[in-house]
Amino acid sequence: MLELVKFTPAELAILALSLKVALFCVVLILIPAIAAAWLLARKSFVGKSLLDSMIHLPLVLPPVVPGYLLLIVFGSQGFAGRFLQEYFGFSLAFTWMGAVLASALMAFPLMVRSVRLAILQVDKNLEIAAQSLGASPLRVFFTITLPLSMSGVVTGLILAFSRSLGEFGATITFVGNIENETRTLPLAIYTFTQMPNGDMAALRLVILSVLLALGALMVSNWLERKASLRIGHGDDRNSG
Amino acid sequence: MVMIEIQAKLKRPHFDLDVSMVLSHRVTAISGPSGSGKSTLLNVIAGIIKPDSGRIVINGECVYDDKKRINKPIYQRRIGLVFQDGRLFPHLTVAQNMAYALHLVPKAAQQFKLDDIAHLLGVHNLLTRYPRQLSGGEKQRVALGRALLCSPQLLMLDEPLASLDEALKNQILPFLKLVADQINIPMIYISHSKAEISQITQHLVNIQSGKVVD
Repeated sequence: MLELVKFTPAELAILALSLKVALFCVVLILIPAIAAAWLLARKSFVGKSLLDSMIHLPLVLPPVVPGYLLLIVFGSQGFAGRFLQEYFGFSLAFTWMGAVLASALMAFPLMVRSVRLAILQVDKNLEIAAQSLGASPLRVFFTITLPLSMSGVVTGLILAFSRSLGEFGATITFVGNIENETRTLPLAIYTFTQMPNGDMAALRLVILSVLLALGALMVSNWLERKASLRIGHGDDRNSG
Repeated sequence: MVMIEIQAKLKRPHFDLDVSMVLSHRVTAISGPSGSGKSTLLNVIAGIIKPDSGRIVINGECVYDDKKRINKPIYQRRIGLVFQDGRLFPHLTVAQNMAYALHLVPKAAQQFKLDDIAHLLGVHNLLTRYPRQLSGGEKQRVALGRALLCSPQLLMLDEPLASLDEALKNQILPFLKLVADQINIPMIYISHSKAEISQITQHLVNIQSGKVVD
């Protein structure tokens, strides 16, 4: 039984790679997602519904499709891929950084949705009050809007992190399934299920994934509770 | 000497605002039934709603003039607002709420110290609390203090007592009177209650259906 929870170095390396990709993914999308969420929640502009749809496209497409599009754009024959190769000497295709990009694309809409919902719930009147006190719109955003939507940012981060850990279709299409480079947990599980006698190895990674997901959800719940306590929801001491 | 000049026209589907007035007393009350446009007028002066045309000059500083294409944003008008619902920032303590504007105003332009205002309004014992831990009356006093600490050139109060019960109103009124009497900032006090107004000032402007009436 103990064998099931004592993981081998090879398994831990898969876990480490998956965590690395997921961490870089959330770092990459954090600021753009908050900016997009704020735009969609608070501004009206030409092309807003198009932008909204574009952001959400990866959520409704089969993940292979964004993966394939990335390959076309960033692959060694793609225009962005050739540009990066020529001027910066590196390629995203078939590298872990490519895996970050693929999972970022897939996780982006989840983060945007969660933050946008939180921003929509921030009372606009508080923002007006802050402006009347002399705060510029940028300062209002950082001192009022963002702190008050922190629970949505946290939820979005955990969702994006989990989405990135679980990313399969776009990743395998764009960066392949290369051991120690792009073979994250789901790809490793898939690989083992394709091997004779790989059942046990796959099962062990499945258990690892479940533990990881459970952990992420519990952390998310805890952080959300903390964030909402701070701004006074879920607190019944309100007397006026 | 106080001089606030307001001319504003605003057309809305079921409502027209068309006012022209010069306020020269330090404290002026604006009164009228609900729906008369007094809150709209406040929003126009504060820069929250842009009128179709007009001109607003506060103490010689033009904040809106459609002909000269001047329309200062809210955060440059330096008008302290106190709303009916307080609008305290829920994630900040009382002290942080009151100090919110302090580093937005140059030191030289700051007219008050947080401690003085907190004592004046009797909230000095509440500074570490969060808004959710305050009573309605305490919230309004903190909101008033917060507005004063932005060293405004005009203070506007929009039905600041309307959401309080009678006993609380009578607790807050002395503070409002104190501010009106002792603090040298022009003040516009909006209320539908004549009883309230009579305790604050004798200078009254009546508004009905978006127009000033005598």
